[in-house]
Amino acid sequence: MNAANYLYVSALLFSIGAIGVVVRRNAIVVFMCIELMLNASNLAFVTFARINGNLDGQVIAFFTMVVAACEVVVGLAIIVTIYRSRRSASVDDASLLKR
Amino acid sequence: MTVFVAPSLSYSLLAPILIVLGGAVITVVFEAFLSKAIRPVAQLSVTLGTLVLALVQVWRIRHESSLTAAMGSVAIDGPAILLQATVLILAVLGVFLIADNEHFTVVAATLPGSEEERASIQSGEKLTEVYPLTLFAVAGMMLFPIATDLITLFVALEVLSLPLYLMAGLSRRRRLMSQEAALKYFLLGAFSSAFFLFGAAFLYGYSGSVSLAGIYDAISGGTGNNVFLMIGIVFLSVGLLFKVGAVPFHAWTPDVYQGAPTPITAFMAAATKVAAFGAILRIFYTSFSNAYWDWRPILTVIAIITMVFGSVVAISQRDIKRMLAYSSIAHAGFLLAGVIALNKAGLDASIFYLFAYGVATLGAFAVVTLVRDSAGEVTDLNRWAGLGKRSPFVATIFATLLLAFAGIPLTSGFIGKFSIFSAAYESGNKLIVVVGVLSSAIAAYFYVRVIVLMFFTDPADDGTSVIIPSILTRATIISTFAITIFLGVFPAPFLNFISSTATFIR
Repeated sequence: MNAANYLYVSALLFSIGAIGVVVRRNAIVVFMCIELMLNASNLAFVTFARINGNLDGQVIAFFTMVVAACEVVVGLAIIVTIYRSRRSASVDDASLLKR
Repeated sequence: MTVFVAPSLSYSLLAPILIVLGGAVITVVFEAFLSKAIRPVAQLSVTLGTLVLALVQVWRIRHESSLTAAMGSVAIDGPAILLQATVLILAVLGVFLIADNEHFTVVAATLPGSEEERASIQSGEKLTEVYPLTLFAVAGMMLFPIATDLITLFVALEVLSLPLYLMAGLSRRRRLMSQEAALKYFLLGAFSSAFFLFGAAFLYGYSGSVSLAGIYDAISGGTGNNVFLMIGIVFLSVGLLFKVGAVPFHAWTPDVYQGAPTPITAFMAAATKVAAFGAILRIFYTSFSNAYWDWRPILTVIAIITMVFGSVVAISQRDIKRMLAYSSIAHAGFLLAGVIALNKAGLDASIFYLFAYGVATLGAFAVVTLVRDSAGEVTDLNRWAGLGKRSPFVATIFATLLLAFAGIPLTSGFIGKFSIFSAAYESGNKLIVVVGVLSSAIAAYFYVRVIVLMFFTDPADDGTSVIIPSILTRATIISTFAITIFLGVFPAPFLNFISSTATFIR
């Protein structure tokens, strides 16, 4: 199968994630969309590793997974704190800081 | 069977980063095992000791430049040494401010306004988690500008960002705003990291190599798929421009600057800019330099919008922290002019500007921490009226730092702006120089307006006062003031030192 197809899938996943971040209002869903974008990048890295015939891309994919896990820890901590004080995880409700 | 060859890491060159990371681990252990009574003092002294020790190590390796360490993953060259030293100096001054614990909530997990929160504040305990977070962030900031491959860049970006997201939410007063700042910073920061990573993937696809040198070779060879290169450069740049707060990726800057505890804002505003611009300079000067026809027009437009937008919007701000945030956006535009110049003068000027701007920013936010009423800091500009009559000394220092931001002669800001714009002129980019000078003039208006407000308006009797600063805060304010004036009056030795040291290696 043509490796370029995987790149199209990766670009599609990345776009879905990016659009989701902009459109969705729940902080958890926004965060899931960001994770989707990271995984789309992972897919691109692994595909390019296959195309280029070296392993660097696969190594980066592992690093990305670890970093994404750390991001989950920090991100959920922040979102849970916000939820506990406001009883809502909507990014629209968090609007005390206005121009 | 292939024999495993242990990589040679050149620990001696990595020593500054390793010391900071080691110190961070020690502070985490202290956090777990030391009693609450001695923790604040112990954590502060370990943190400061670590940073000073790392600074000594940077000084030790300053002549061993033009080397790569960790199998070519990081470059220890002139700019690397200068940027690491800048980050460390700013971190020391920032920790002086962070040491003033009363800006931070005691237990970040308590609900705002709850009984637990009141009890934790009344217990007189102090928040010390901020020290390990600071050290981890500093380690990331030291690694980011010296990284020469995509993995190291990405990991350093996250190591510097993740602690800052948490630190933004630790404020004692106006906690909902602080938590909101943390949420916005986190979501937009993670969003930009995803862009950065996607761009990195396509650069790897283009060149078949993860090192900046490999990407440079592929661009020079010109054999790869140019679509991949363009996607890579654009997405990677979006991720980096987010971190420096360039328009149109600036949305988080005013909110986070306003919501975060002021010492954290000071540290973050100064040191993150140094780290992110260090990385931008290295990537664009060493890796993308032969593709400049592709990125220069886009970056020129972004620089111009950033300068104009930051300066114009800052005029209408009523909050001192938001005003400084918009001014930092404008300064990001001036610094981008140094990146676009793409010559040795642009590199030297950018490094000088980063140091001068970082120091002045720390000083300005340090003064903001002093102006208070019974409910905490007063950031509403109207209530700063007449500050110069009430406390002339503090107001004079703040006025000097604002004049440095505006680029008035005899301050470091003038030398910085002058050298950036002359480098941009030298590279033939006259448009950016004209726009830069014009937006500096606009920016000067709102800086001067604050000065007029402080000195030529009568103070209102609304309980606003300037508190007596702690010794450490005083040290930050006085040393930033001294450095700003010194760099403005005698810049030559410093400029010469930078221009003789700063050369990128590939």
